[in-house]
Order: sequence, then C-alpha cells, then structure tokens
Amino acid sequence: MTAADMANRYPEVWHRFDVRQTVVHWLWFAGIVFVAGWSVRHLDITWIYFLDAHVQVGDLLSRMYPPAWGHTGKIMTPLIETVHIATLGTIVTFVISIPIAFMSARNVTPNAATWFVGRFILVASRSINTVVWALIFVAIFGPGVMAGIWAITMRSIGFMGKLIAEAIEEIDEGTVEAIEATGASRMKVLLVGVLPQVLPVIYGTTVYRWDINIRESTVLGFVGAGGIGIELYSSINLFNWQQVAVMLIAIFAVVVVSEFVSAITRRRIT
Amino acid sequence: MNHPTAWPTTWRRPPMFVANPTLRFGGWFLFAAYLAWSVDSLNIDWTRVAQGLPRAGDMLNRMFPPDISRWDLLVRGVVESVEMAVAATFIGMILAVPLGLCGAANLAPRPVYLAARTLIVLSRTFHEVIIAIFFVKVFGFGPLAGLLTLIVASVSFISKMIAEDIENMNMGQIEAVRATGASFPKLLIYAVQPQILPRYLGVCIYRLDANLRHSTVVGIVGAGGIGMTLSATFKRYDYDFSLTILLAIMALVFLGEFFSNWIRGRLR
Repeated sequence: MTAADMANRYPEVWHRFDVRQTVVHWLWFAGIVFVAGWSVRHLDITWIYFLDAHVQVGDLLSRMYPPAWGHTGKIMTPLIETVHIATLGTIVTFVISIPIAFMSARNVTPNAATWFVGRFILVASRSINTVVWALIFVAIFGPGVMAGIWAITMRSIGFMGKLIAEAIEEIDEGTVEAIEATGASRMKVLLVGVLPQVLPVIYGTTVYRWDINIRESTVLGFVGAGGIGIELYSSINLFNWQQVAVMLIAIFAVVVVSEFVSAITRRRIT
Repeated sequence: MNHPTAWPTTWRRPPMFVANPTLRFGGWFLFAAYLAWSVDSLNIDWTRVAQGLPRAGDMLNRMFPPDISRWDLLVRGVVESVEMAVAATFIGMILAVPLGLCGAANLAPRPVYLAARTLIVLSRTFHEVIIAIFFVKVFGFGPLAGLLTLIVASVSFISKMIAEDIENMNMGQIEAVRATGASFPKLLIYAVQPQILPRYLGVCIYRLDANLRHSTVVGIVGAGGIGMTLSATFKRYDYDFSLTILLAIMALVFLGEFFSNWIRGRLR
C-alpha cells in the first residue's frame, strides 16, 4: 500500500459523509426550506398582529384569573355528558368495527369485493375528522348528544378497524389450520381460531380509542353535538373568561385521568 | 381393550378473559347498569332522532350530484390547508428540538425536565380545536390562527417523541464521545443526533400527515383552511358543495397518508 492510499484510507480529518452525500443532504434541506417559506408567504399573514400578541395573551390570562369556582357545579352535568358520549361511542364502535375488520383483513375476508368494501369504509371513516362527522350528524339528528355519539363512532371505526385488521393479518395460521382440520364451519374457525388470537389487540385498541375519544368529545359541542364544548363555546363567545378557565381546568383533569386509566388498563391487558 | 374412563365428547370454549364466573357476570351487570344510567341521563330527544333517517335520505338526495361549479373556492381552501400543514410542520420540527432535549431525563437537569414535560402534557391535553379558538380570539380569523394551532400541536407531539427517543438511546456512545473531551454541543451533534435522526424525520413526516388532517378541521372555528368553507356550506344547506369538499378532503388525506408511508418506508 502506497503512502497516498494510506492517506486516503486513514484521513487526517474524519468526515461522516462524502462530498456527494453532503451536497444531496443540503439540496434536500434547501428544498424543504423553500417549500416551507413559500407556504408561509402565500398564507397572507398579517404580521402586524404579532406586535401586540403578548399584550393580548397577557390580557386574556389576566381576565381568566381567578377562575370562577362557583361555576364548577354547573359544568358537572355537561362534563359527565362528555364522558358518556365518548364511552357510548366507543361501545358502538366496538360492535361495528369487529365485523368490518374481519372484512378488511386479507387472510379471512370472503372475497375481493368484501375486502375492497371493508377497506373503503376504513379509509372514508379515518380521513374525515370527528368534528366534520359531527357537522354531518347534527344536520341529520339535530343538535344533541346523539349526533356526538355517532360522530365519535364514525371516526373511531376506521381507527379500530385498521388496527384490528392488521392484527388479524398477523395471526398464527397454525391454529386456524388445526381448527379447520376438525371440520369446523367457517364461522367456528373465525370464532375459535382467529378471534381469541386478536382479542388482546381488540381490547387494547378499544381502551386506547376511548381515551382519544374523551379528548375529541370535549370539542363536539362547538358544532352543537353535545358535551362540555357547548358551554365552553358560549362562555368564550360571551367573553366570560373566568368561567372558561374553570372549564379548561376541568377538561384537563378529565383528559389526564382518562389517559392514566387507559394506560394502566392497557398495561394489564397486553 | 377397555378405556379407563369415558372421554368427554363435547368441548366448551373457556371464557376469554375473566375465568371467575361471579366476576364475569358481575362485570356484565355493571356494564348493563352503566348503559342504562348513561342513556337515561343523556336526555336524548327520541322523536327528533326518529326523524333522522328520512333527513339523512333527504340530505343524500341534496348531495348528489356533487357541485363542482365553485371549484376555485375549493382549490383556494385546499391550498390554504396544505400550506398551513407544511409551514406548521416545518416550524414545529425546528421548535420541537430544544423542547425535546429539555424533556429528556438523561440529558436535562431535573427542573428543566419537569418544566418541559409539563408544557408538553399541557399542550397535548387540549384538542386542536380548543387551541384554535384561543388563537382566533388573539389573532383574529384567518390562517394565522390555524398555523399557530398546528405549530403548537406539532411541537408537543414531536418533542415528546424526541424526548422518549433520547431517553431510550444507547448511553455507550455518549460516554465514548464524552471520553474524547467533547463539549455539550459536540456531544449532541456526534452522539445524540445520529441515534435519533432517522426516527425524528419519520415522526416529522408522520406529523405532516396528521397536520394535513387537522388543517381541514381548525377552520370550523374560523382558523382558516378548507374547514371554514365546509362549515359555511353546512350552515347554508349547500349539501352538494359539502359533498365535493368532503371528497376533496378524503382525497387529500389519502394522498398525504400515501406520501407519508412512502417516505417513511424509504427512510427505514
């Protein structure tokens, strides 16, 4: 090995990337900055609003203090309603999403058409936000909790269905074959061979989705679909910031508690 | 040949979760009681709900055919949503780095760690729409409020992921770099960054996809994007245009997810 080879192999200064890699990295970086910068410029933002933003925020916070604790009793009913919407929505989802998950899992779906329909339902459900679903169901059922429950359900079907379907696709086929070898019917195979294998995933995703749904159901009231959001929205529009503060604290408490409950339950199941 | 005992000829599937029958039936009982209580306490107006099915039929009737005559409004809204999502992801991924470093227990001093984690938990708890309505009150209607909302949501999500990744990283490399006498910034660049960068980029791309979904909804409280147009069509019973917007949102989210999966697949 010549001295020049040695110098090439063991350079004095170590570089992690060669020149070409460095150039490619910088080009990527420049491209991202360009797209982001162009997006911000094109949004037509009135930057002048930023000048007094800190004053506005400070003003808002000072109006919130002290929180109107007397209001606590009045928000208990809508708060419980919020939890009910999330829970009932999750229960309905649990019932609906399991058959849809079986339809959309490649290894147990009856045929290509059912697979396609299942997948389409999952994609449609997931791409529309809960609040948008709420808009639709308020138009159908009128304002109230019924619209909220269905909005939660429609959005959650896609979430749970997708995760359960993925779990079904990863099951141990040996168990299924063993059940089939006993001459069991198709229904029995699904019930005894497939379902027990994915049951922990089903319960886990249900509890997980429940705690997401609690968070989602706090804003359903903004479009009239029940829960604490109705009171929150009207207090905000009436500039009753001290009441708003109480509700924010209450929402924070409920969400944190539900997240905690959900985490503990999931740790026990899986 | 005589068998010692008769084998059971039937088999009952054992219960899947709770083996104790008292607990199992007790659980079912509690569940039924909860259902009864919650449905009863919700004061559902059943006569109004009963009108729902014909109303849904009427709505579907009015939705078809989807109205594409106002496509310029649609395009403007969608472009605004996409721009909000892109800009918010970019700004969020930059701001999330310092917060993520502060939120890692193995790098940051205890008080900094606690402050950062509190901030992350606080902003994660509140739904985007609640944050959006506050920004609307402070900055007025328009995409600025939506942009700031999505930035807050992105920062809290990405920084939580960064903090967790740092806490789970291999400390051997840190020690090795520290042993060379490297300063703290050098430690970050040569020991921490190479370990978390791939997952960080993956999380940012995922967040872009999530921001795209949320950018369609912050408009409902006036924070810009296609959601503003959508909620206006619902208020005016323009259901045929609503359907067009909903289809556009579905296409947008589908494309975003496809793009995000593709990039994340390549990053791995």
